[in-house]
Amino acid sequence: MSLEVSKLTKLYGNQKALDEVSFSATPGRILGFLGPNGAGKSTAMKIITGFLSAESGDVKVMGKDALNSPKEVSRLIGYLPEHNPLYLDMYVREFLEFSGGLYGMSGQLLKSRTKEMLNRTGLEPEQHKKIGQLSKGYRQRVGLARALIHDPQVIILDEPTTGLDPNQLVEIRNLIQEVAKDKTLILSTHIMQEVEAICHDVVIINKGKILASDSLSNLKSNSDETILILETEEELELEWFANLDKIDFGAKGERELLVSTTDPASARKVIMQVIHERSLNLISLNQSKKNLELIFREITNA
Amino acid sequence: MHSLFLKEINAFFGSLLGYLVLALFLVALGLIVWVFPESSVLEYGFADLEALFTYTPYVFTFLVPALSMRAIADERKTGTWELLRTSPLSLVQIILAKYLALLCLVLVALLPTLLYFYSIIQLGDPIGNLDQAGFFGSWIGLIMIGAVFAAVGLFASALTSQQVVAFVLGVFLCFILYFGFSALGDMQLGNISYWASDLSLSFHYINLSRGVIDSADLFFLFGMIWLFLGGAVLVLRNK
Repeated sequence: MSLEVSKLTKLYGNQKALDEVSFSATPGRILGFLGPNGAGKSTAMKIITGFLSAESGDVKVMGKDALNSPKEVSRLIGYLPEHNPLYLDMYVREFLEFSGGLYGMSGQLLKSRTKEMLNRTGLEPEQHKKIGQLSKGYRQRVGLARALIHDPQVIILDEPTTGLDPNQLVEIRNLIQEVAKDKTLILSTHIMQEVEAICHDVVIINKGKILASDSLSNLKSNSDETILILETEEELELEWFANLDKIDFGAKGERELLVSTTDPASARKVIMQVIHERSLNLISLNQSKKNLELIFREITNA
Repeated sequence: MHSLFLKEINAFFGSLLGYLVLALFLVALGLIVWVFPESSVLEYGFADLEALFTYTPYVFTFLVPALSMRAIADERKTGTWELLRTSPLSLVQIILAKYLALLCLVLVALLPTLLYFYSIIQLGDPIGNLDQAGFFGSWIGLIMIGAVFAAVGLFASALTSQQVVAFVLGVFLCFILYFGFSALGDMQLGNISYWASDLSLSFHYINLSRGVIDSADLFFLFGMIWLFLGGAVLVLRNK
């Protein structure tokens, strides 16, 4: 384990931003830190990187205590904060060399590392531009290059893909996957598809509490349930479907019903019966294996 | 730490603001010392630089907070503060690097005034007729005033994430320290006046300009610097 967080608790006033949060990450596997906005993702990351303090708990990075010796641990961590703050009036290359300098690098080592990072992130053609002149996608690369300049073992990215267009999104994801090959990488996001696209492990957090922590494949296969999604013209009422036990409204409100079941065939029959009895105007009835989005919704609403 | 120091210096000379502030400072001083009839050395007729040393603290009250206002406020506003705080630099190192960079800028602003020293030597009759100890005492005094103001400005910048607020606060604090306390000292309020004038920067500055460098004055001025830098660290530790 190169990163171990145990029973981390953080208070903002009386509110628990983190409530006994525990999880761990291993090298070579990308850990997706998933939760709605305000769930405590950024807070947890800020504590691991030493920017915030915690009320209680323990963070170990490569076996070292991050809460008590943050400066020592900071050399092991590469961190891309939320919103990717950068010095907009610095030149790309200048900024990377400055950042390397902060981590105690100098001379030939700093030059070669900077060159390597420019190369890996595809920033070489832009290195003599000011950061303020770059597009959002390129700025994100600069932020990533900065986070990696001192060759950290643990990489923490706070919402690395928000605000990117679809092409930039794919580029940054590829970059993240490449970087993560031999490192420990955590990224936070509230986009489910992203987790499904690049993560190996998933930690779901809501209101400061860890709700699930498992590998993506386990999380998906653990439930042998199937999901039925019913959409109608009319507004539905839950009591019409009293024969089915796991039901909930979907993203479209009361015109969409989600039914989780282990026996989809009989569930479909019940649904059809209700439609018939109430003479509802059916738009669609779909059946699918549970995807992360549904699992997430189920867990965070429970 | 030196890379942060260099970055601060570069940021200053890489922006128009830096040159603007320096140019305004030198133009203002040049006008006061050589042109304005009220204070001009040429009108005055004596070979000394009283005008330079009397008016520079006034200009410093505005100049130094203008130099220091971005130092921390801007980093906090843009979020780059988080980059610095999660780097291996400690908070004390960050503050120190920024402070030393500011100090360098104050020195750069003051260096051209050595030309005035040369001019006055040449203008004296006979040439070289100048109270040199007085000049250098005052000059060191000016550097110390600049150094204290820089610490005050940095402290003000640590209190807020708004540059303008940091500037106004900085100007106000410098004003109180330099003029406020000495005015209180002049008010004849008994013991309070005595203590107030002892606390005022101008009191210690005037001591230095006599050409006597007293350890008590230096102790006071270094103490002020330490106090405000320590205050900045304290304020930022919990943010």
